Amino acid sequence: MNASIALRTIVTKEIRRFLRIWIQTVLPPMITTALYFIIFGQLIGSQISAIASYSYMEYIVPGLILMAVITNSYSNVVSSFYGAKFSHYVEELLIAPIPNSLILTGYITGGVARGLTVGVMVSLVASFFADVHIHNLGIVLSVVVLTSILFSLGGFINAIYAKSFDDISIVPTFVLTPLTYLGGIFYSIDMLPPFWREVSLFNPILYMINAFRYGLLGISDIPLATAFGVTILFTIALAVYALILMRRGVGLKS
Amino acid sequence: MTIHALDISGLHKVYRSGHVALHDIDLHVEQGDFFALLGPNGAGKSTTIGIITTLVNKTAGSVQVFGHDIDSNPMAAKRCIGLVPQEFNFNQFEPVIEIVTNQAGYYGIAKPLAQQRAETYLRQLGLWDKRHTIARNLSGGMKRRLMIARALAHEPRLLILDEPTAGVDIELRRSMWSFLREVNQQGTTIILTTHYLEEAENLCRNVAIIDDGKIVANTSIRTLLNQLICETVVLDLQEPLNHAPHLAGYNSCLVDPCTLEVEIPRSQGVNQLFQQLTAQEIKVSSLRNKANRLEELFLRLVENGAEKR
Repeated sequence: MNASIALRTIVTKEIRRFLRIWIQTVLPPMITTALYFIIFGQLIGSQISAIASYSYMEYIVPGLILMAVITNSYSNVVSSFYGAKFSHYVEELLIAPIPNSLILTGYITGGVARGLTVGVMVSLVASFFADVHIHNLGIVLSVVVLTSILFSLGGFINAIYAKSFDDISIVPTFVLTPLTYLGGIFYSIDMLPPFWREVSLFNPILYMINAFRYGLLGISDIPLATAFGVTILFTIALAVYALILMRRGVGLKS
Repeated sequence: MTIHALDISGLHKVYRSGHVALHDIDLHVEQGDFFALLGPNGAGKSTTIGIITTLVNKTAGSVQVFGHDIDSNPMAAKRCIGLVPQEFNFNQFEPVIEIVTNQAGYYGIAKPLAQQRAETYLRQLGLWDKRHTIARNLSGGMKRRLMIARALAHEPRLLILDEPTAGVDIELRRSMWSFLREVNQQGTTIILTTHYLEEAENLCRNVAIIDDGKIVANTSIRTLLNQLICETVVLDLQEPLNHAPHLAGYNSCLVDPCTLEVEIPRSQGVNQLFQQLTAQEIKVSSLRNKANRLEELFLRLVENGAEKR
């Protein structure tokens, strides 16, 4: 059995899926980000003083790009895998001689592909409003790929547990969006009172946004090694958990 | 030691609800066989198929496909199986050709060969002209044929068809029968579940009847039909009768003035019946079986099981 062909088939199918419906998948984050730049960057941001020698508009660019990557990676996998479960065509994969790790890798790669596509498109939009700096390309790419993998895994686990379409919107609405907004996109945690600064450190998204901001601007509220460590730790934990769920057949087998 | 296409031993399944779907069943299917798995709704047919294809977790027992155990060597076992499920389970928003080539891809078949096989099977099943059609726009019969083409894309040694002709018109059903016969003649072992017992009688050599999670018969179709001790025929009469005639050696009843039902014991045959009818000046315009022969047997076996319960 040629595993690479099976993996390529899943990945191609996943990429074709989100490109076929690009009006629902790629376009909305570009419009949303443009609105953020107009409202928070130009209208409100012009009243805010520079942060670490960057204008407010430049300061929020990394967070807004990563927010788009996070939400799109997550929603790509959760909607695609739950759709396959709901319409039972996940059975095509489950009866085929494909190891669970390969199925997981295929879906995660699809999520990363959408995350990166949206990330590039949103960066282009950002370049119309502010200078997009690149301090360290290696860090930028590794953070964006790691973050995309992590949230694709989150979407996959959500899809495994989901029993209805309502279940795939609960986590993004009540967990992902608040954590992202409170993850330091629009502010530095050094601006917060000490108590809320400490509370913020429990938010894993804070570490990714700061690492990404370091890659683009060279500034971060969190030491880079800590940010990478937390992200890698969460990624490994979710990957292992997803594989355990698949091996037990949770949400997939009766 | 003979390697069977399918070897099931002591297969037991209890669902989380506590419902026992299978009670330690044993089943063996020879290589190259065309095998019918029959049973009423909820008897355990789909659970059995689900376990063979690893879509359902078993509680106990073992399943081997061409000697490959589904627990210790699931990848080798899965490679041997092609499944045509009861429900449509493909992405309704994908074109027909992609559904077939993707399935081949999942089995590690390179794209050029996958496309070649997709063309072969879509042509054979009359779907080649529809290859770029989005699957949801196909008719019910076309969707059923698409699932057969998809199941054959990796050329499995064991093809499992779970009610493949449900809701398909008679003409199409017969063309599917002839296609499946060809597939079987080329060496593919086929396991078929169906509600059309005529289909099983026409296509299959061996049969297992499952009822309430237990195998109540497992033999050749011929042996099973030999167990039929009497058949019921329906006679359409040319002239109406007021009451059922006395026919020595036969049980008869008048369904309506022009329709007579007669039970014909295997030992008696029909010659004596017609002699008696002629003697009583009863003219018969046509004769037909009340039910398919296998259907009569099936109902008796299943009803016996229900009485015992």
